[in-house]
Parts: sequence; C-alpha cells; structure tokens
Amino acid sequence: GNFVSHSLYLHTVEGVWPLPQSFTSSTERYPLNPKAFYFGYGRQSAAQQDCSVLDAAFKRYFSLIFPDYTSGSGDKPFTVEIRVDHADCDSYPNENSSERYNLSVSAGQASLNAETVWGALRGLETFSQLVYQDDFGTYFVNKTEIDDFPRFQFRGILLDTSRHYLPVQAILKTLDAMAYSKFNVFHWHIVDDPSFPYQSRTFPDLSSTGAFHPMTHIYTQSDVRRVISHARLWGIRVLPEFDSPGHTQSWGKGQSDLLTPCYRGSTPSGTFGPVNPVLPSTYQFMARLFKEVSSVFPDSYIHLGGDEVDFSCWKSNPDVRAFMQKMGFGGDFTKLEAFYMEKIVNITSALKKTSIVWQDVFDYHERIPKDTVLHIWKGTPASYKEELSRMTKAGMRVLLAAPWYINHIAYGQDWRNYYTVQPLNFSGTEEQKKLVIGGEVCMWGEYVDATNLTPRLWPRASAAAERLWSDEKQTSSVDEAFPRLQDFRCKLVRRGIRAEPLHVGHCKHEYQGV
Amino acid sequence: MCNMEVMCIVSFGRYTRPKFNLVLLIILQLSLHTVEGVWPLPQSFTSSTERYPLNPKAFYFGYGRQSAAQQDCSVLDAAFKRYFSLIFPDYTSGYGVLRFSGDKPFTVEIRVDHADCDSYPNENSSERYNLSVSAGQASLNAETVWGALRGLETFSQLVYQDDFGTYFVNKTEIDDFPRFQFRGILLDTSRHYLPVQAILKTLDAMAYSKFNVFHWHIVDDPSFPYQSRTFPDLSSTGAFHPMTHIYTQSDVRRVISHARLWGIRVLPEFDSPGHTQSWGKGQSDLLTPCYRGSTPSGTFGPVNPVLPSTYQFMARLFKEVSSVFPDSYIHLGGDEVDFSCWKSNPDVRAFMQKMGFGGDFTKLEAFYMEKIVNITSALKKTSIVWQDVFDYHERIPKDTVLHIWKGTPASYKEELSRMTKAGMRVLLAAPWYINHIAYGQDWRNYYTVQPLNFSGTEEQKKLVIGGEVCMWGEYVDATNLTPRLWPRASAAAERLWSDEKQTSSVDEAFPRLQDFRCKLVRRGIRAEPLHVGHCKHEYQGV
Repeated sequence: GNFVSHSLYLHTVEGVWPLPQSFTSSTERYPLNPKAFYFGYGRQSAAQQDCSVLDAAFKRYFSLIFPDYTSGSGDKPFTVEIRVDHADCDSYPNENSSERYNLSVSAGQASLNAETVWGALRGLETFSQLVYQDDFGTYFVNKTEIDDFPRFQFRGILLDTSRHYLPVQAILKTLDAMAYSKFNVFHWHIVDDPSFPYQSRTFPDLSSTGAFHPMTHIYTQSDVRRVISHARLWGIRVLPEFDSPGHTQSWGKGQSDLLTPCYRGSTPSGTFGPVNPVLPSTYQFMARLFKEVSSVFPDSYIHLGGDEVDFSCWKSNPDVRAFMQKMGFGGDFTKLEAFYMEKIVNITSALKKTSIVWQDVFDYHERIPKDTVLHIWKGTPASYKEELSRMTKAGMRVLLAAPWYINHIAYGQDWRNYYTVQPLNFSGTEEQKKLVIGGEVCMWGEYVDATNLTPRLWPRASAAAERLWSDEKQTSSVDEAFPRLQDFRCKLVRRGIRAEPLHVGHCKHEYQGV
Repeated sequence: MCNMEVMCIVSFGRYTRPKFNLVLLIILQLSLHTVEGVWPLPQSFTSSTERYPLNPKAFYFGYGRQSAAQQDCSVLDAAFKRYFSLIFPDYTSGYGVLRFSGDKPFTVEIRVDHADCDSYPNENSSERYNLSVSAGQASLNAETVWGALRGLETFSQLVYQDDFGTYFVNKTEIDDFPRFQFRGILLDTSRHYLPVQAILKTLDAMAYSKFNVFHWHIVDDPSFPYQSRTFPDLSSTGAFHPMTHIYTQSDVRRVISHARLWGIRVLPEFDSPGHTQSWGKGQSDLLTPCYRGSTPSGTFGPVNPVLPSTYQFMARLFKEVSSVFPDSYIHLGGDEVDFSCWKSNPDVRAFMQKMGFGGDFTKLEAFYMEKIVNITSALKKTSIVWQDVFDYHERIPKDTVLHIWKGTPASYKEELSRMTKAGMRVLLAAPWYINHIAYGQDWRNYYTVQPLNFSGTEEQKKLVIGGEVCMWGEYVDATNLTPRLWPRASAAAERLWSDEKQTSSVDEAFPRLQDFRCKLVRRGIRAEPLHVGHCKHEYQGV
C-alpha cells in the first residue's frame, strides 16, 4: 500500500524536475499503450511534419517514455498534439528564444502548445516525466494542466576539455542529460593551459602541437559540427570559450610570438607568460581566430575569458614595460589587461557577437562595453552578492557561476548547497535584478574526465537546474525537493545516465553497467 | 633506470611535452615500462634496457616440468586466458596480425610448489613469487598458485607497446612478496544494492592492485539482500526488493568462485547486534522492542540479547554462513551499538540486574558478542570484530581479529598499541575510509599512512595482519563505485604490499600511479584521473 501511494505521489506532476511554474493535476489517470501512442502536429501549428527538431524529438521521446516497449497493454489510442507559433525548425536556439509551453493532458490526448520548437522540446521533456509504470508494467499518465516557462534565460553547464580531453561521445551524452534537466547552454571551455584540442582551420598548428595528442585528443571541425547539431536538436546553445590573455600556455606551442617571453633580469628565461599584448601581430592573429570561431559556432555569444592573468611575466619583459610607459599606464598592469581585453571585445563586436568575460575584466575595468555579459566565478556568497550589486548597478548583464563550482566535491549531500542558492538575493532595484540573465554550473577538469564526469555532474547539477528554471518560492524547501530529486535521479539512471545516488536507498531499475 | 643511450625522461608527457618526435616518445615509453611501471612496487627487482618483442601469435603460457600444478589446473588455466587478453589488448582488433611482425616465440613458464588449484586462498597462503624475464622466455616460480597469480599480474604490467603497436618486455628479475597478509576492500551492499556484475568487475580491479580480500559487508540497517536458505524471509521482506535487489545463493557462489580465480578471499560480514534494522522485518522477536515509558513505542533497537531464541537464530544463521562462505574468517561486526533502546526495555533492564551488570550496557554488549564469538568458534571460524568490542571488553578470545575503523592517526596508533599489547591480531581500516571524498589529490593521504608507526615491540608489530579500504555505501552505488574506488584504493594497495622505505616518496609515486591508472582505463576500469593530463587510450564509454 505504502509503495503504491508513494509511486502515485511521485508520478503526478510533482515528479517533474525542474518543477513547472504552474500546474494542476488529478488522480484521474489514463493507461498508455505504446502500440497506440502517437505524436502529431496540430492543424494550426506553424511547424508541420519534416520539422527536423520535432521529428527527431518525437523519436527520442518515444523511447524515453516507453523504456521497455514490450509491456504495453490497453488499446485506447493516445496522441500528443504539438502546436507551435513559429516554424523555427532549422534555426538555432538563441538568447531570445521563448521556452514557454503549456501542456494539457486529458483522456486520449495531450495538447502541447508553445511559441517555438524550443518551448515544445521543454514540454516534451515534461510530458515524458509525467508517464510512469505501475508494478505490472502498465504505463499511465494523469490528467494534468501545466503552464511553464523558465525563470532565467541562461541555464548553462561548463565542460573543460583542456585539462582532460573528453571524447565526443561523452559530450553528446552530457547534452542528452542536460536536456532532461532543461539546461539550455553548453559552455564549451574548449582550450586552456594544458591542451588545445580545437582543430582550427586557420591555424592547424594550434592543435597539432598544442593538443595532448595531435590525432586522438582533438576536436575536428566535424566533431564540433556534431556537437553543435546534437545540441540544437535538444534546444541547447553551444557557447565556445577561447580564454585569453591568461590560460593560454598550450596556444604558444603552435603559434610563435603569441605569448609574452618572460625574462630573468635582462635575458629571456625560456618560459612564456600570457598573450603578448604589445605586438600588433597578436591582434591580427586573434582577429583571424575569432573570425573562424564566430563562423564555426552559430551562437551569438562568444566567451573571451579574461580571468586570472598573472602579471609577473609581463612585468619582467622590457618590451611590455616600455609599452606601459608609452601608454601612460604607470605600473598598473590591470590597465594593460583592460587595454588587451578591450581590443579583443572590439574584434568580437565587429563580428556581431556578444562577448562574455569572467568577472576579473569588470573588476579591473568598469568601462567595458555595455552589451558585454559579466560572468561571476569567485567568492563567498557575501562577496558574489556584492559583485552582483556592483555589476548590475553599472548596468551590465550578469551570469552567476560562483555558487555552482560543481567540480569541488565534498562528502555528503552537497547538492543542498546548490539548491538553496538565491541568485537574486542581493541589494539592488528591480531593474538591476532583471540584468541577471541566469546561472551556470561549472565542471572544471583538473580531476574529471570521461571516467567520472557523469556521476560527478548528475544529479548534483540538476539541483541548480531547478533553481534556474523554477519559481523560487515554490521550490524553497530543500527537504521537499529531496524525494523529488531522488525520483528524478532514478529516471536518469533508467535513461542510462550514470547519475550517482543522493543518499541510502534504491531505484526500481538500478544501473546495470559496470 | 636512467642508462639509456640517448637520455632519460622521467616525466610522462603531461607536463613536459616533448615535440612530437618518435625517438623521444619511444624513450618515454621505455622509462615507463620498465619494472618501475609495476604497481604495487615489487619488493626487489632489477631490470635492463634490453628488450624483447612479443608476438601474440607466438606467445605461450606453460607449466614447467617440475611444477606441481600442470595443465587443467583451474586457477592457472583461467588466468592464462585472462592475462593473454590483458597483455595484448588490441590483438583482436584486426589490424593486429599485420602489425606483429616479430616471429620469435616467447613462453612464460610457471612452476609452483603446491598444486592447490582447486582450493581457496586463505590467511596462510603464500603469495611470494619470483619472475625472471629473458630472451624468449619468462620463468615464474611460486610456492602456490596464488603467488603465481600475483606474478602473472606483474608480468602483464611489464609488457608495453611502442607507437607502432609492437609489444615489448624488458629483461627483468623480480623477487616479490606482500608486506601484509591481509589487503582488503570493503563493499557495502546494504545501503545501496550493487548488481553482481559490479562486484565481479571490482574483483577484477582488485587483482590488478594485488588486493586479496573482499570484505563483503552484505547486510546492514537499510536492507538485507542476502537470500538465506534457512531464513528466506530475511531478504524477501528485508531487501529493497525481494526479487531484483537480492543476492541468491548462486549469485554468492558466483562471487566466491570469481574471487577464487583471482586469488581473492571473500570475507562475509553479518554485523550485529547493531546495524540490524532490516533483519527485524523478516525475523520477529529478533530485535529489541523499544519502550516509551511503560509501553512499546513500535520501534526496534539492536538485536535482543536477553532471549534464548536470539542465540538459536544466530547459531543457525552462522551455521549457514560458514558453509556458504569457505573462508576461515567471519566478520561479526559489533560496532556502534546504541544503548538507548536497550535502556528503555524493562526485560533488558531486568536481565541486566539478574546478570549483575548494574547500569553498564557495555557489559551487556560484551555478553552478547561473547556468545556470538562462541558460536563461530564452534564452527571453526576465526572471528573479526570492529574495535568497539575490544574497547568495551578486553577479555575477548585471543584468536579474534580486531578491526580498527575510527579515530585520528594519533588515536588509531594508540589503539594499535593497546590491542597488540593485549596480544590481539589487528586489521587497520581507519585511515582508508575511502568513501569520504574531498576535492583534490586525497590519494596522497592514503599513500602516506604508516601502519606500523606506533609504539610497541617487534612482536606487537607482527600482530598487524594488514589493512582494509572501506567503501561504505551511503553515497555509492554502481553508478559511481568504480571511479570513487580507483585509483584511490590503489594508493593503499601499494602501502600494504610494498616495502615502506622503497615507497616513502609520494611524489615519486605520483607518475607511477598516473601510469597505472591509465593501465586500468585501458583494461576497461573507469578509474578516475589523479590530476590534469591524459592517457594514450582514454575511456571511451559514456
């Protein structure tokens, strides 16, 4: 008895993760027979058959809804009818894409309405989570009404493919799992100090000498296209980051004169520091690289990095010091960094891209162009709240990552910390709060590769996903979230995602791989 | 090992990347794949740069003429098959045939003193071996087949591939034996159920690190997955699910038989009187009813120590357990007994009075444990108990093994002193609670433990039989077990197998452990990275 009511409770709409904005559901339930279950386009839908995004989604969600297809019974047909206002089937999701949908489940049919195909994808995910099986294997869905939309426009996950190389399959699988939690941005921190796996068309030496291995540890152009196209089908944007002027050691191997030669006294020491900001060739190189990057990655955002620049090498270099003097920067190397970043931002602006930069750039240089997005990555809650206030007061748009550095693991239920973040709980006006475009879960790669990525990411990242999608008041209790997240985690496991357990317990279908 | 004709590179390409230069890469491989690439480090070895190409089509395992074991020795025949695949991982890829151009045959000849092919490894099994690799052959000598298994593992780690795919092994002499007799890993199948496949895969990986005891913490409060022949209700009502979340008798046999083929003992733990909530579901009157005032509260506490039926039940259960599990050790638990329920129960209090225990419930616990130890003694089994039992009750039978699980280094050293002074044998787990994760390279903590660095005589030190890595299951199931266990447990493995002086530098261990971790990944074990870097063959699963 206990078991059944538990199942029932979880498999009503409250079993949906992240929690929809508004819903009602009843105990009236309808059996679903996989042999008489259909997705279809409504007559008034702008998108119709051959809509690439939705046709692919129907196929995918059929398998997700009916994981063991053979156990169907009941013979009343059931149709999920989709109606979208815009036939944006061949486009890419972007920062303005509506993800709103409403879903109405009644006898024999579900109506899913959305402005865009991306909203329809979110609704399909929700519908798939509403379906459950009883102990005899019969599939059911309850009578339900949902009106849903994301709290934040930008809900990202960062993967770091420089500190460890992630095979393309691991990235694709992560995109699948992201869609299950309604994440919509894959922030690809593709290169950094340890390796340069991106195979550039313009500068092939960057990966042939800067990758861990020039053949097996790179992302070819077709790998990148595959990632972007897979992400698109899930309604996920791909935001590339080419971080400079720091974090570029691997770039120097394939591009001579790009990095600053460090000096010991009056002679070069043989080591290199950040990108050399005094040479015109640097900006020519960057203009060509970002021209390529902006054509390869369709998203309107490019992440330019700008974090953690170590000034000691610049200080040691006589040419850099002479340049400082000439520019009137005195001994203030933050001015040199700001000078560099402004040049890079101008390059991407000319390419009609919106720049994102890590918070360091703002901290050093408040006059950054107004359409730049600032990315907060450091500090205690008190300090990132202070930063949110300052940045939004300056009229800048902000993306919050600091509380979701999920690569930092700890014993126990640390997902609770990710869940209880209040991204808008800082001192500022309503207008200021609107400038917070969203949040991002960062999985830095010092200790992570394909062997442990999935269990470290899921379901811990899902806790942040609900914070970024759902209404904060409705999801204020971490204890109420606990059984729902446990249930969602079992859904992930059922879907083949190695999502780790939150605490003692079991899933009806345990992970069977090894 | 730095005697190459060109130069010696002691890094592994992660920090000092050589230009893509084949000569350099080959040297790099050589430096890695001499005997120092063996994990855990052998006790004594010499190796040279003289190397022999191996052709999988002309590579043989064979029994020496003077070997007591000969063909049809189950343990070794199975090992030859397994190690052939481990030594030549891409033999079956199709391109192999063309690539392996050398045609000189190479034979690994095994000679063992005892044909213990159908027995189980036990606490006295010698694992010593010596291995001599020369042109065309390797001689592997051991007292037992278990020692031969350790030698085969070592041999498999000596073989490497150059960038053209050719396999090589260097001229090598190794004499090796474990520092400690007991090198265990605990898995907890009660807090989460682990599918049998996950256990078998863990046994494989254990053998790669020369672990030799699988401590199966099979039942506990949350669930009772062991399907007992005598008391089937224990799992049918106490497991998470009576069909899908249990270990049948044939599952258990499969685990034991798989472990045997790797030379691994299976040590079952049936922890009582605490940690038994799940037992109560299938066995009425076993647990103590807790009281609120003068009425039962409806909840239950530890096993009820005052009823004779309790000891009848335990005698029957342990009789079954001791016949199902062939190892001579049984772990009886005895940790973390909460006295509040006992205190609340009027029958327990009356019993205390009758026995003259006063208000000291540790005496009641000691009374209970003594009865249980007597049961297993009568079954000719050696008992292991958690340290709590000794802390409460120093008069425990001398052949019991005490298992230290708690405390800071200072306090477990103190405990080691006290226990060994009392003449008891001790097993150390406290520094290797590997389920406790932290950001960064925590394997360094597991590596730098000094198990014998406590105040005591030489005789006392000999009483430390070994150590154990514990992977408690609060936050672990088949989704994350492997990357949490490996290669962190391998750090402890070297501490328990190798000479402490030769392995005193954690920084020297680092590149060796990175290399070993890549070997695990190549063998299909999802062993997580230690730090920034890469493996030649990354994990390709998802």
